[in-house]
Amino acid sequence: MELNAILYAAGVMGGLGILFGLILTFASKKFAVPVDERFTLARDAMAGANCGACGYPGCDAYALAVVNGETTIDLCTPGGQKTLDLLAEIMGQTAEVTEPVVARVLCQGETGVVKPRYDYNGPETCHTAVGLAGGPTMCQWSCVGLGDCVRVCRFDAMKIENGIVVIDEDKCTACGMCVKECPRSVIKLLPKKARVTVRCQSLAAPREARETCDKACIGCKRCEKACEYDAIHVNNFLALIDPEKCTLCGACVQVCPTKCIEQLP
Amino acid sequence: MELTLTNFLLFMVNCVLTNNFIFSRYLGCCPFLGVSSKVETASGMGIAVTFVMALASLFTYFVYHYVLVPLQLAYLITISFILVIASLVQFVEMFMKKSMPSLYNALGIYLPLITTNCAVLGATILNIDNSYNLFWSVMNGVFGAMGFMLAIVLMAGVRERLEASNIPKAFKGFPISLVVAGLMSVAFLGFAGLGKM
Repeated sequence: MELNAILYAAGVMGGLGILFGLILTFASKKFAVPVDERFTLARDAMAGANCGACGYPGCDAYALAVVNGETTIDLCTPGGQKTLDLLAEIMGQTAEVTEPVVARVLCQGETGVVKPRYDYNGPETCHTAVGLAGGPTMCQWSCVGLGDCVRVCRFDAMKIENGIVVIDEDKCTACGMCVKECPRSVIKLLPKKARVTVRCQSLAAPREARETCDKACIGCKRCEKACEYDAIHVNNFLALIDPEKCTLCGACVQVCPTKCIEQLP
Repeated sequence: MELTLTNFLLFMVNCVLTNNFIFSRYLGCCPFLGVSSKVETASGMGIAVTFVMALASLFTYFVYHYVLVPLQLAYLITISFILVIASLVQFVEMFMKKSMPSLYNALGIYLPLITTNCAVLGATILNIDNSYNLFWSVMNGVFGAMGFMLAIVLMAGVRERLEASNIPKAFKGFPISLVVAGLMSVAFLGFAGLGKM
């Protein structure tokens, strides 16, 4: 091939590119639409994950809704307090201090802990497994560990270990996508300060609970008696801790016969 | 090809029905599925595509016959046409943002999708392949896009009904849309051979 052919090709493409570039530059000046500068600021204040936790299709849509005053400024959970403060500044409102929350897995049904109902070999998705004859685990409140939540997590905060999902608290932004996805509602958003949690949601009667899982709450009420602060109550064979009253003393953790109450560091 | 009324009508039937961009050439399926959830936005998209396709046919005709052919650079057809179309869409987007904000909002993210829409590139390359003159090139763009518009509006009509109907969970959303698209494609197969020139 001659050099000229290459030069012509480069020249023509370059020339067309420059020509169109000039036209577009001119057009962008001519057809410029003024944008509310608060919109740009508000969008930059968001976490920018486009996760949809706010209920809007992406950060742009939420920023626009905030600027137009259609919604409140506290819906961006991944951005947390920082986004809230920035948005409050932009919109001239006062920011309320929000309690930081985090997603917690309320189940300890690892492989070997909860009894299997059958050997599941179907598609690797919790929704399918749960719909098949009551699910692959004997406990109908347990995590089945097929990772539907892991797949919706945009922050790489979840992984499956020993047949159960584990959440990395540092990476979790409490966007709530996993909470919505879980077919058994095993994951809940709880205050970060609630370090002592009952990691079980089984409402089964004591005997059934004992038979299905080694770490189930059997509703024995020992924790209720051990608690000096009236923070823990058993209803429907399930203990529940009130994070407002809990002082993290750990008395309940000591007495729990099935080790279903966990104290995080 | 001579310009007579018969030829013109045959050409129209050929472009809109027989060689429908979506149902027989399988071009432009992305906006076809993406923007077909409401009749309103679907027709907006159809109009945008019609506008872009007609202009693209016009401009690429000049670029090809007055720039590429004299310089023996016909092999640059794909890349140069993409450049032309991309700039055009950018221009249309700016223009719409200024003068038709409601349509701009309705089309949203799908307008930039026309940039990489194979139907537009397909139409312009077909013009060259079939060695249409300027008039037929633009007509091919306009009627081809009208075929696209017909398809997308019909699809949107069906999908609006689908929203309200009781569909098994596994089929909800895109699966049922793809089934519908397949069935419509089969229906359009009935036009095969019609409008031969």
